Amino acid sequence: MTIRVAHLYPEYLNIYADRGNIAVLSSRARWRGIGFEVEPISVGDELRPGEHDLLYIGGGQDREQALIAPDLAARGDAIRESVAGGVAVLAVCGGYQLLGRFYRGRDGVELPGAGLFPHETVAGARRMIGDCLLACELDLGTRATLAGFENHAGVTRLDDGAEPLGRVAAGFGNDGESGFEGARVGSAVGTYLHGPLLPRNPWLADWLLARALEHRDGEAPELGPLPDGLEQAAHVVSAERAKSRGGRF
Amino acid sequence: MGGKSLITLWGEGCKIPRLSDSRLAGYAHDVRVRVPLTVGIAGARVAAGLSRLVGAGGGTTVPGKVLSSLDPELLDRLAQRLPLGAALVSATNGKTTTAAMAAQILGPRVRLAHNASGANLLSGVTSSLLSAKSPELGLFEVDEAALPEIARRVRPRAVCLGNLFRDQLDRYGELEHVAEGWRSVVQGLDPAAALVVNGDDPQVGDLARERSGSIVFGLDDPRHAVPELLHAADSKWCLRCGRPYEYAAAYVGHLGAYRCPTCGHARPELGVAARGIELRGLDGVDFSLETRGETRPVRLAVPGLYNVYNALGAASLAIALGSKLDDVVAGLERFGAAFGRFERIPIGDKRLLVLLVKNPAGANEAVRTLVAGGPPKLAVLALNDAIADGRDVSWIWDVDWEPLLAGLERVVVTGERAAEMALRCKYGGFSAEAIEVVPQLGAALDRGLELSPTGGELVVLPTYTAMLGLRRIVADRGFVQPYWERAA
Repeated sequence: MTIRVAHLYPEYLNIYADRGNIAVLSSRARWRGIGFEVEPISVGDELRPGEHDLLYIGGGQDREQALIAPDLAARGDAIRESVAGGVAVLAVCGGYQLLGRFYRGRDGVELPGAGLFPHETVAGARRMIGDCLLACELDLGTRATLAGFENHAGVTRLDDGAEPLGRVAAGFGNDGESGFEGARVGSAVGTYLHGPLLPRNPWLADWLLARALEHRDGEAPELGPLPDGLEQAAHVVSAERAKSRGGRF
Repeated sequence: MGGKSLITLWGEGCKIPRLSDSRLAGYAHDVRVRVPLTVGIAGARVAAGLSRLVGAGGGTTVPGKVLSSLDPELLDRLAQRLPLGAALVSATNGKTTTAAMAAQILGPRVRLAHNASGANLLSGVTSSLLSAKSPELGLFEVDEAALPEIARRVRPRAVCLGNLFRDQLDRYGELEHVAEGWRSVVQGLDPAAALVVNGDDPQVGDLARERSGSIVFGLDDPRHAVPELLHAADSKWCLRCGRPYEYAAAYVGHLGAYRCPTCGHARPELGVAARGIELRGLDGVDFSLETRGETRPVRLAVPGLYNVYNALGAASLAIALGSKLDDVVAGLERFGAAFGRFERIPIGDKRLLVLLVKNPAGANEAVRTLVAGGPPKLAVLALNDAIADGRDVSWIWDVDWEPLLAGLERVVVTGERAAEMALRCKYGGFSAEAIEVVPQLGAALDRGLELSPTGGELVVLPTYTAMLGLRRIVADRGFVQPYWERAA
């Protein structure tokens, strides 16, 4: 049993320790006896819907994002088709922005997006920087918090009725005013939170693994618990940071 | 007492009447308040002393802050009074060491104002000018983001630019923004000023093209190249056309001999080069310093390729300021280590080896140096997240700790974000049972020493404020002097 992962543009989009997220997914799969294979997909490589169970895309600096944006936008159909078929996605920061309809920079130049998430992003005058805490309910009745660090000038507006990843308990979130952070479409989630996100929020890693396995096998698996004492300790510190000093400009 | 003097300074500063310019020769002044510069300097020294008295630290920025608030153009005026002008050193990594090496070279011949303790913002530079006794030359390490403003005010006669790595993205923003600031600094330099750049860094080396006569330094010894760029490599994409560079040799992060196969953008020709490099583990490094057809052997007492870069930067800067090559070599060989960067501190029958880590590129080099010197079996990793460390701790995930972890039998993690560091080790493949989380620095130090054998060396890798905290603890126990006493 192996989860097949496509890591999009790993050599371009890796600014906020994105490999930490991959390490967490991979370790937590292996500790449960589940295989985890990562295929890098870069500019010009083919991405065929259904060949992967999980897509990962991280964040980059403006320059790197501009270098890959046209290639990513051209994969819009393949990515939307994948998600419609149940493929799990984790998109962080720049990758989250570029999976929307477009990103417009301070210079007015517009980068095309892949059109998975129902949102648009326009660079604002202020950077939203700081620890951030979210309250999430990805499955009805199952509530959990996500603690991370956000650092973005992009103001992301979700379409009316679109589902965010969570509600901002402390920090800025998508736009600094709506109280929403991230986006969710099926088993695809996007967020501004890095840190990296998954080490101190292992429940989201397990949720993504479960969705990936569900895509692979057609049924939701039961993932047993792992000893997460260190993870919980790191979560508590990060959550306290968000509550005590939150975002700053 | 000191406290009264400080209050008097403030009170009088605000009451000093407006004087005509002709009466103000030699005095600091501005439109809001006027403080005679001599009185101000005396007061600033008092303020620094006060800061030490109350234990607020080295007092290395307090006087600058106090007086700059009274006189916003204080730095400009103080710098103008330097008969030999000022030299600025900036880089993401190595600026403290580079400036300290340059101070060793220049110190015997000229009286320096030098911010040796690493206070490298406007207030720190101002304070070091205030505290220096009739300095002739200013030698300042400058924070990368503060360089544009400080260069505008100081009007340097030489600038040494070392490298740009991703660092504290929450504070500095992205690399490109810092690089743009540096470009503006170079464009705004006085026509007679000297520019020294590290040619091995694509972003920095390119600045030499802005100015003819720039001194370009770099490494030229492919035997020491890494087989491939490490994970955290920045500036992998050609500045001109965005295609990946090809590296004939990459030495430290993205520093090396690069060339774009598409458009031809390549490392500029080296005017000052290190060849024949021999690493001597943790004890030091030897190399051949070559410039303008002259060659000298150099034996550095600090280890690692990154210190060869620091030495080249210091040497090039000193050459730009007119130093003779033999003086350059003598100064470099006298150099011990900059404060807290690489320090051995005896504690009873054991000793600490402290290597500061503050961003992925620097930490990667610390790991590489440690492993090359015989991998330790025990280490204390200290992670804080104060502003000076970077509030965003995600950078620890970009560091290639794995070569170090591979040799460790046990790790003690400490600092305010000890748990995060523990996770980095755990998800780096290190056994969770062999990780001890001891958030309190003093307790972690005790635990590390307890685990170290008699006569052994305990490796400690702290972030900046964790390093300051550890030093304070060690100083309180009487093993090292506080740095402000040493630097004086």
